Amino acid sequence: MTKVIEVPPSLDDISFEQVFEALAALPPDEKILIDARRTRWASPYGLTALLTVAQTRLQRPALAIPELEDTASYWTRAQFFRYAEDLYEISGKVPRARGSDDLSVLLEVSPITKTEDVHQVVDRIQTKAQSMLTGTLHLEPSASMRFTMALSEICQNVIEHAGRGGWVAVHTYQFRKRLQGRRVVVIAVCDAGIGFRQSLESAHGPRATDRWDDGMALEESVMRGASRFRDPGRGEGLAGVRRFIHTWDGKLSVRSGTAQIAIVPEWADGEPLKEGMPFFPGAQVQITLPEKIVP
Amino acid sequence: MIDRIDVSGILRTSVCDLYSNLVTRPTGAAVRIEIEHRLDEIGDRALAILDFSHVGLLDFSCADEIVAKLLLQYVSVDLPRREVYFLFYGMSESHMDAIGAVLERHGLALVTQRAGETPFLMGIIDGDQRQIWETMRDLGSADPVDVANAAGLAPERVERALDDLWRRRLLIRQDKAYVSLEVARSGAQQGRRLPASPRRCTHDEALPASWH
Repeated sequence: MTKVIEVPPSLDDISFEQVFEALAALPPDEKILIDARRTRWASPYGLTALLTVAQTRLQRPALAIPELEDTASYWTRAQFFRYAEDLYEISGKVPRARGSDDLSVLLEVSPITKTEDVHQVVDRIQTKAQSMLTGTLHLEPSASMRFTMALSEICQNVIEHAGRGGWVAVHTYQFRKRLQGRRVVVIAVCDAGIGFRQSLESAHGPRATDRWDDGMALEESVMRGASRFRDPGRGEGLAGVRRFIHTWDGKLSVRSGTAQIAIVPEWADGEPLKEGMPFFPGAQVQITLPEKIVP
Repeated sequence: MIDRIDVSGILRTSVCDLYSNLVTRPTGAAVRIEIEHRLDEIGDRALAILDFSHVGLLDFSCADEIVAKLLLQYVSVDLPRREVYFLFYGMSESHMDAIGAVLERHGLALVTQRAGETPFLMGIIDGDQRQIWETMRDLGSADPVDVANAAGLAPERVERALDDLWRRRLLIRQDKAYVSLEVARSGAQQGRRLPASPRRCTHDEALPASWH
């Protein structure tokens, strides 16, 4: 029997927890249908995480696509279906891609499986996003370079640590309820690999401490720069991302296993560390960067 | 021997001719290995000008693979591969961001210069070393006594700092005198030689003779 998992109408990093919760209760070989028919909007996190969900299933899952044509078209323009069609049995008519680019999609859903993919992501974002970052979000040119550096480092983490490929997407949109309607740019990088705890354990073994869990592994990796590699130069990438986030008042959240760690600015909701969450493999990273207020 | 190495050109020839950004560790490692091959060809004593002018983005991982690992091999106090000095040329603000972070992580320092500007130090450097290096930058070439007089510091203290700066390959040592990297670079461009007996000399005439 197929288990139906309903996708929330607005699918972002917070509402996706409902999907993770439903999945955590199911054995991996159970047939599932991801029902997104009533979904009206999805963030880049929502789209990339949906792809990773399919990777965790032993039986090819089904996906019912959004009924709202605008939503399904947006998912097409974001290149979601290009990869979803390989992973899911798609139910519903996938809209054809139209010629014009969607200005809110700074980087379409893109696979991250090898080094060349990171080069392509960086090239693509430089071509498409620079004018948006400096013109619409009013970031300085130096900030847009650092934005790309952060994107590069987070994508590399998938290749170096996840043990399997993931996806990245970058979109920009307007916050309705927060930040007085300012625009944000959001990077999401999601994989269903081994996650931070297992990555650290692969080199050092489980830590001899009463508390060695996903939360502590995230603290060690994201906040203190620990890495499975013994090379002292490792860990600088995420440290650089943290500095960038602080400087530009951004939000960073990293979910892995049963925990999530976050750098939460004043304008955002969220806890610095959440534990006891429904288990989902791999790492799901989101960076949110708000439009700079020009005096 | 002085060699100018176009880092962007190396990226295109050794990794992929479509790339203009220095991102990812494998890319950085490939570029560093090619730079090492170039250094192998230019002799046991060399000044390498690593030109970043045409590099687009440099991320932290690539900065670590290229800059930190290159310096760690050639500025090791115990057993450097050979006597190679590096002048990092044409770096943008974002390049310096990435490089500054990896220098700090490894406790390294380097000399950098932008087009038309005076060189400066980046990285981890103590107060004496910085003061002496800046004095040397102004003098161009000098022996320790002249440096001590110019800096207004005790000769022993100056000699210690000069020796440290030479070991870190931030200054060139020529017999008993020291030469700034910029003077060596500009001297080579003008085909001048270092005077036979060390003395304070101008930017125009200072260049270690053995480097021609």
